[in-house]
Amino acid sequence: MAAEYTLVIKNHRFEPSEVTVPAGKRVKLVIDNRDSSVEEFESHDLRREKIVPGNSRGVVWVGPLPAGKYHFYGEFHEDTAQGNLIAK
Amino acid sequence: MLGSAVIVFREVLEAALIISIVMGATRGVAARGRWVLGGIAAGVGGAILVAAFAGAISDAVQGRGQELLNACVLLAAVLMLAWHNIWVSSHGRQLAGEMRKVGHDVSMGVKPLSALALALVTFFAVLREGSETALFLYSLSASGAGGTSLLFGGVLGLVGGVVLGVIVYRGLLAIPLRHFFSVTGWLVLLLAAGLAANAAGFLNQAGLLPALAPQMWNTSAILSQGSWAGTLLHILVGYNDRPMGIQVLFYGVTLVVIYAAMRLVGRQHEQSRTAASA
Repeated sequence: MAAEYTLVIKNHRFEPSEVTVPAGKRVKLVIDNRDSSVEEFESHDLRREKIVPGNSRGVVWVGPLPAGKYHFYGEFHEDTAQGNLIAK
Repeated sequence: MLGSAVIVFREVLEAALIISIVMGATRGVAARGRWVLGGIAAGVGGAILVAAFAGAISDAVQGRGQELLNACVLLAAVLMLAWHNIWVSSHGRQLAGEMRKVGHDVSMGVKPLSALALALVTFFAVLREGSETALFLYSLSASGAGGTSLLFGGVLGLVGGVVLGVIVYRGLLAIPLRHFFSVTGWLVLLLAAGLAANAAGFLNQAGLLPALAPQMWNTSAILSQGSWAGTLLHILVGYNDRPMGIQVLFYGVTLVVIYAAMRLVGRQHEQSRTAASA
């Protein structure tokens, strides 16, 4: 079973806004959207995009990743929903 | 308000551009307007359904439902675009020739299946982009405070997307007839290759395809995919500033296979015409 990391979306912000995951492993990210509005988890760095409806969860698999910093954001609330994933 | 207008505009843009290319590429096909409108209407209906069941779709197939649905819709559109281009390579020259002779557009009857193919491309484009727009607009209208102004912004973005599509279509019509079908043929070919690369991205996200190489190149410093120019090129020719190996492979294979099929069918058609006139 792969490691699982949860990113909570609340008030159009990611919590935590920085998450550290092991490099070189497939990692499961759970996007837990606790806002009533839909959000699109998007990352050009990770090449991922996923719609997460309000008050629901979405799963995004990433990796295996080379060590580094990967930016992600919520496409529908880009001004506040920002975060980084650190692989090391 | 402006924020929501921009978000919706970006979502609608892809569908609007695809529809304008389809309208251009099917110039001269009888009753194409009706087929395309039917595709749009069915797409909007389907998009609302997909948006309504977004949660269930997302949870399906161990949380990979959304990726699989996106990939299937994209690949189906690629097949339909390929079919259209191969059909045009056998009839397009004849059609353009007749239009030139009479000096205005002529209509050519098509088999219902070919017309259905282009209606389906429209349907798939609206379905995919529309479901995200519908979800977004719905959550705006449900959020209450300030929702009306945001909703108005959303509608503004929608209208903006449609207007841009119409402008692109008018622009395509300005291309001289001599070159018209070869230009639209290339547009459709590159569009199909780009959609195939997107599908590969979703299949990788679903864990069904390996990346092959995590990053083939990085041109994000020169032209970021997030910029407007990058977004436009991404939609039109499948530009990707940091593609995975599997995406480049899908792009190349789609391009080569459709092009080869077009040449093959075009040559056979040419031969049968020469044989008939001899």
